[in-house]
Amino acid sequence: MTTVQSVEAPTGAARNWIPICAHADLIPERGAAALVRGRQIAVFRAFDGHLYAVGNRDPYSGAYVISRGIVGTRGEEPVVATPMHKQVFSLVTGVCLDDPATAVPIYPTRVTNGTVEVSVE
Amino acid sequence: MRIVVAGYGPAAHRFAETLAARGFTGGLTLIGEEPRSAYDRVALTSYLSGRPGTGAEDLTYPVPPAVTAVRLADRVTAIDRARRAVTTASGHEEPYDVLVLATGSAPFVPPVPGAERAFVYRTIEDLRAIRAASEHATTGVVVGGGLLGLEAADALRGLGLATHVVEMGGWLMPRQVDEGGGAVLRGHIERLGLTVHTGTGLDRIEPGRVVLADGTVIDAGVVVLSAGVRPRDELARAAGLDVGPRGGVVVDEGMRTSDPAVYAVGECALAGGMVYGLVGPCNTMAEVAADRVLGGAAAFTGADLSAKLKLLGVDVASFGQLSGALDVTYMDPVAGVYKKLFISDDARTLLGGVCVGDAAPYALLRPMVGSELTAQPSDLLFAGAQGAGPDGAGYPDDAQVCSCNNVTKGEIRSAIAEQGLTDVAGVKKCTRAGASCGSCVPALVSILAAEGVATGKALCEHFPYSRPELFEIVRVRGIGTFSQLIAEHGQGRGCEVCKPAVASILASLNGGHVLEGERAALQDTNDHFLANIQKNGTYSVVPRIPGGEITPEKLIVIGEVARDFGLYTKITGGQRIDLFGARVEELPKIWKRLVDAGFESGHAYGKALRTVKSCVGSTWCRYGVQDSVGMAIALELRYRGLRSPHKIKSAVSGCARECAEARSKDFGIIATENGWNLYVGGNGGFKPRHADLLAQDLSDDELIRVIDRFLMFYIRTADRLQRTAAWIEAIGLGHLREVIIEDSLGICADLDAGMERHVNDYFDEWSATIADPEKLRRFVSFVNAPGTPDPSIVFETERDQIKPVLLEVTRR
Ligand code: SRM
Ligand SMILES: Cc1cc2nc3c(=O)[nH]c(=O)nc-3n(C[C@H](O)[C@H](O)[C@H](O)COP(=O)(O)OP(=O)(O)OC[C@H]3O[C@@H](n4cnc5c(N)ncnc54)[C@H](O)[C@@H]3O)c2cc1C
Ligand code: SF4
Ligand code: FES
Repeated sequence: MTTVQSVEAPTGAARNWIPICAHADLIPERGAAALVRGRQIAVFRAFDGHLYAVGNRDPYSGAYVISRGIVGTRGEEPVVATPMHKQVFSLVTGVCLDDPATAVPIYPTRVTNGTVEVSVE
Repeated sequence: MRIVVAGYGPAAHRFAETLAARGFTGGLTLIGEEPRSAYDRVALTSYLSGRPGTGAEDLTYPVPPAVTAVRLADRVTAIDRARRAVTTASGHEEPYDVLVLATGSAPFVPPVPGAERAFVYRTIEDLRAIRAASEHATTGVVVGGGLLGLEAADALRGLGLATHVVEMGGWLMPRQVDEGGGAVLRGHIERLGLTVHTGTGLDRIEPGRVVLADGTVIDAGVVVLSAGVRPRDELARAAGLDVGPRGGVVVDEGMRTSDPAVYAVGECALAGGMVYGLVGPCNTMAEVAADRVLGGAAAFTGADLSAKLKLLGVDVASFGQLSGALDVTYMDPVAGVYKKLFISDDARTLLGGVCVGDAAPYALLRPMVGSELTAQPSDLLFAGAQGAGPDGAGYPDDAQVCSCNNVTKGEIRSAIAEQGLTDVAGVKKCTRAGASCGSCVPALVSILAAEGVATGKALCEHFPYSRPELFEIVRVRGIGTFSQLIAEHGQGRGCEVCKPAVASILASLNGGHVLEGERAALQDTNDHFLANIQKNGTYSVVPRIPGGEITPEKLIVIGEVARDFGLYTKITGGQRIDLFGARVEELPKIWKRLVDAGFESGHAYGKALRTVKSCVGSTWCRYGVQDSVGMAIALELRYRGLRSPHKIKSAVSGCARECAEARSKDFGIIATENGWNLYVGGNGGFKPRHADLLAQDLSDDELIRVIDRFLMFYIRTADRLQRTAAWIEAIGLGHLREVIIEDSLGICADLDAGMERHVNDYFDEWSATIADPEKLRRFVSFVNAPGTPDPSIVFETERDQIKPVLLEVTRR
């Protein structure tokens, strides 16, 4: 097993990793939505191959569309803009950079044998 | 800690927002009597305009994340201070550790006979009722000629009513302007078509008319009362809290009432002996209360009461005090300008001022109130008049630039420096300055400029170039990808601004499929799914129907597809048919059926040619002088798929009666006995503009050649999201004519070749997509469950068709 990357492994119980799709299935700098235990998660592959996963629900419109936003950077921060009204969220912290009081949840990701996995615990 | 807020208006919202920003984690319950969360009451009148972005949902603020519970459409009816609990009209009981009263004000309804027939002007529901009543009325009366009354009167006028304003005082806006200003203001208001009655009050309201105290009778289908507001202190009063003799819940500097567990903020509070009726002080009070609840020591010590009248197209501004030992006045009755400044007896300190008809000095002088004069008083009357906008650069750092949100110049400067802000939008987001009434935006622009930030030109933080400059870079250097462009001429990895703009440039110069390779990642969601996103995350489908002409067979196919996929169907304003409510995984299936029946993409999703509308023309119409349908179809087929800085629309009318409304289009054609007249730069939308005549009596071939050049020149040189109307105003019609008709720059051959390439290379995006398994892979709701439809998408039925079920608001 090769762990290419993992967003911080928190202490405590072992994580539940759920396979989503092949890393190669993700278009660079574009998202895809996944249905994980009833939750909608937006998975993004950055230009450098790095993975991010955030909640797919746009808190401003209520629609599940974050995965369809444009990916880019603001300063050094990798970000996605919701396609509905273009508010920009950090892919790292989930916080809306235009309105720090609002955030989307973030989820740890990793790649195992070419498969993208997400943990929802 | 359990905090309960009674009332859910702007002040309650700002209170919750401040707690959220400070990381509050206790219980926070908001109880509001209106059926929705707080909304932008200051922008309420825009709701009547029906413009995009002014619906009830657009005005409503998202619920701040610190809020743990929201009770809407429920009123707090009693406070039990001993048990620390409130009860509501629905019988609910909510215990609190801290209670915040944010109940605002209620419009004052004068006790005259028939008052129940009148409307008030405070909530979205009030405006909805006024709009409904106006549909069957032709006349309106607004009682009250203050700031709000004039706003309401203009709104009635906008709804098509012949409108009267009745003001009991001696002149309009007696609280903001002096008598001289009132007289000039009256001239402006009357020129707008409103009838003004001053110095007399309302006696009674009868069905269909009002009677004034002086006996005047005015026909009135709709009567709106705007005779002041009263603080809603009834809860506090009943609970034994101190209230002022003329109303308002008494609070100290920390917004605390006579019960230390109860705070009051906003228009219901009596702070320092004053009730504040402007949103700026209400917001400040909310921030102070939030700070105190969290253990801070913030204090509210009064606020700026300057005001600037918006919406009527008449500048009225007043600031500081409206009297003083000395004053200087400037009056130009012809131009309708009146300006007066009040100055201390030693002639050294500015005390206040009034401006009517020209508010340019307002933004410059308001922050100077109380400070030493920097120029001759008479020169200050013309401050900011050079068209350069208010010179925010001249303010001292402690000057308040934005009174709505209480932001000083110093705060704006440090935000610009520390956050590296480059534009007004950034300043708005970071400091809130400019985010409410907008009257301080010109000052923000000048502060940005004074801080050395070049505003305007740079597309975004990733490219220091304008769109036309980037276009030239891509063209001259022959760049083929975004990655190459940003690596060699930009920085970072792009954003939602530059990526679609570059995608459009690449499409204009290189052709090819918008979803090819790396270009797919640059597209906005609409271009990415070749369909228009709707509010619930579904998409709409618009097949091209050139010129609005369609065979019965094709109509039947559209009907069958809509029926089989359960889509909402509507005839658009562009003479074609829109099918709404498709999930992403349905789009290729829908398009397969449409393509098989001979349809192609209508590019309703793209910044591209939309439609060429046409009237029925000489084939059928007894007035027609040319075949407008034939020409519209030829033009639509020629320019279909042409990507551009913004959308492009066209229309062709068969005679001067202009049934196709060609002069409201980017390029419009009107038939003449001798050929075609070409009009350019028309626009409907937000800022309507009639198109200008560019060339007359053209033959078919001449017409097409001029339009080819017009469009290619626009594509090369317009800014991002600049319609042809704004572009022509920027470059001038004369210049346009020189370049594309007289070939003054010698580029016409190049423009012609560019269009030739477009016409030859055109292919239908949707047919190409359904034939390519690689491109089809993106059309799934979920990568890990391709067959599963998105469970968040739900419909209900209205008038026998589907409609999205409203999505719940942000709540935690
Ligand atoms: C469907 C339609 C309304 C209808 O039911 O009639 C419509 C619907 C939309 N219009 Fe429109 N407009 C429609 C005709 C118009 C017209 C009338 C016309 O074209 O004759 C206008 C005024 C004419 C003009 O553009 O100058 C119009 C002025 C706008 C504007 C304001 C443009 C402006 O310059 O101010 C926008 C906003 C924008 O583009 O930024 C807009 C934007 C939109 C968007 C794309 C809003 C959005 O971002 O979701 C709507 C979604 C369409 C969809 O999902 O398919 N729509 N829109 C019409 C489609 C026509 C078509 O067949 O392509
Ligand atoms: C059309 C219009 C234009 C305006 N334009 C401007 C402007 O240009 N500039 C400016 O500075 N200000 C303007 N104002 C004033 C500004 O909107 C107010 O100052 C601001 O809304 C005050 O906020 P608030 O939260 O204190 O009170 P409100 O906005 O009145 O909100 C109080 C809320 O509490 C609810 N409530 C009351 N009692 C109870 C109860 N017992 N239980 C539950 N809920 C209750 C009310 O229904 C209401 O929703 C304008 C106002 C209007 C109506
Ligand atoms: S514009 Fe002229 S030709 Fe066309 S329908 Fe109207 S009247 Fe007939
Ligand atoms: S003064 Fe109203 S937004 Fe700044």
